[in-house]
Amino acid sequence: MGKPTERDVAAWSLAAERQRASLFTALTRKSFHSLNLLQKKATAVPVAENGNETLSQDVTLPCSARNDIAKLPAMTDQLTVVVVEEDRDRAIAIVDALKASEDCEVFVIGNVSGLARKIAAHEPDVVLIDVDNPTRDMLEELTLASGPLDRPVAMFVSGAAGGLATAAIEAGVSAYIVDGLQAERLKPIIDAAIARFQMVRQIRTELAETRRALEERKVIDRAKGVLMKARGVGEEEAYAMLRKTAMDQGRKVADVAEALVTASDLLS
Amino acid sequence: MKTVTLPVAYMPLVDAAPLIVAQDLGFAEAEGLALDLIAAPSWSSVRDMLAFGRVDAAHMLSPVPVAMALGLGGVTTSLSAVSVLSINGNVIGVGRPLEERLRQTGYDFAFGDAAAAGKALAAATGERLTVGVPFPFSMHVDLLHYWFENTPLQGLEIDIRVVPPPLMAQAIAAGEIDAFCVGEPWGSVTVDAGSGALLLPGKAIWSFAPEKVLAVRSDWVDTEPHLLGRLMRAVFKAGRWVSLPESRTAAATLLSRKEYLDVPSELIDRAFSGHLTISAQGEQRQVDGFLEFNRGAANFPWRSQAKWIGNRLASRAGLDANKSMQIAASVFRSDLYRQELQTTTSDLPGASEKLEGSLVHETAVASQTGRLILHPDRFFDGHIFDPMAKN
Repeated sequence: MGKPTERDVAAWSLAAERQRASLFTALTRKSFHSLNLLQKKATAVPVAENGNETLSQDVTLPCSARNDIAKLPAMTDQLTVVVVEEDRDRAIAIVDALKASEDCEVFVIGNVSGLARKIAAHEPDVVLIDVDNPTRDMLEELTLASGPLDRPVAMFVSGAAGGLATAAIEAGVSAYIVDGLQAERLKPIIDAAIARFQMVRQIRTELAETRRALEERKVIDRAKGVLMKARGVGEEEAYAMLRKTAMDQGRKVADVAEALVTASDLLS
Repeated sequence: MKTVTLPVAYMPLVDAAPLIVAQDLGFAEAEGLALDLIAAPSWSSVRDMLAFGRVDAAHMLSPVPVAMALGLGGVTTSLSAVSVLSINGNVIGVGRPLEERLRQTGYDFAFGDAAAAGKALAAATGERLTVGVPFPFSMHVDLLHYWFENTPLQGLEIDIRVVPPPLMAQAIAAGEIDAFCVGEPWGSVTVDAGSGALLLPGKAIWSFAPEKVLAVRSDWVDTEPHLLGRLMRAVFKAGRWVSLPESRTAAATLLSRKEYLDVPSELIDRAFSGHLTISAQGEQRQVDGFLEFNRGAANFPWRSQAKWIGNRLASRAGLDANKSMQIAASVFRSDLYRQELQTTTSDLPGASEKLEGSLVHETAVASQTGRLILHPDRFFDGHIFDPMAKN
């Protein structure tokens, strides 16, 4: 039981490492396929033992895909949306949802260095970012932009969008929009983002919980080992001792186990 | 008294101590409050949670509510800074390449003289200097600008860039930034990661800078005046406890817990004691009053402090200085502070404004009980900011 789960977790933490891999790419319907291909290729890249390997190069789209963007008809009413998301799968899911809901051009920015400048270069109407993303503060620089090429960006939540804003915040999306963008144009975008963010958030929570459960089990196993050795008891008895102490002290078994392991590390 | 649960947002930093201690050591409970402390991933998130009613109070960078009142930065919900949570506590540091060059010029990393440090840094830097800060509206940015403008650093092309504090060590190691200004424990984390050295404490630029405030929505002040009073008293008493030398170890241990800062208590203790390790070689410096939670009427929200912030923000954003200072002054609620804390503390000054930068020594001033001693509030260049002067 333990082994496959452990492997799952290793795979997951590798995915987390990959999140940091540079991914700065523009997505259109066509380039979407290229990205999927690239992704498959990336999965096939041999992975170093320590699992620390990250993709060393930015994922660059073929020029043809880029040209597609340039060749898009100059539709002035098409919204430009920038999604800030490091996780590739997540980014793809969000782009998919946005494109299905509204005729818009979507750019994904995955590498956060120089974030504000990268965003400004796209002159977006809307910027979407996970509310829990610590790099969000880097976006605040956008609200200060005053250079000739920059556009004033305000967080829509302070504007007329009203209830939409609260719903978005609760779902974990924060959005920045160009001042004056009408709420009805924004609604399908935000609705789609909310639905998608909620779904991904749930998956993420589940993963985190799995990992925590696994870590707790590891530490409990170690604590049992310490007790078995020090007190000359069997495994079941060792676990019973941990559980009783936890109950007596009103703490979790994992917490008691962790304290014991720490103490025994210090003493040995 | 029925216990009321108040959601409160904070950033996991050493100077969130008064809120954490208020909840964990029972100061809140004594006022009939349970603080539901929510650790935020970013300052924008703290601001949004407060502005949109997800929380009722927050640990906040002192310039944020002022900037919001001036219409800067998107969200413009009216906030009130009802007390100052902490004074000073930031550090300015440089990455390894700059550290090397500074050492080659013979700089001693004395960690106290902002003028000398500015001169040395300007000499060691090329034409450009990129500095990481946690947020565009922060005492960090204000102190940096003040320092740059009044030292030879003014000749450089300076790029101030937002980098979330937990990523600061990484950004400096990667060479994305040359230097940084950040609150503890992140400066010490950067030093311990071997990524850089500390150059100055924020205190060396302005020796009594209001760093974080306790912020609430202004409409909440009107709808929940009793809860506000209870919250202010609980947080005040917690800050007073944290500032006692004998509380230091316990407070550092508490903050180091996984659910709060999740860094070793030894790192946190450096900020509390002012005994900082400034380089990877383990050089140490002692800074008295590195981070102050209570003494010298630290918690009093001086309207003159708000005016200084307002004036600085206005000059950078191109707003009218006099009008901005007036608006700023109304954000720091010394009126509420007097009203709610008069039975709790004797540290209520007679005035609500002072000449910022005029106190060179600890000075006894007129107070409601005549026992108040204010701490030095000097700017490193000796400038005095008169809040009443017209620009």
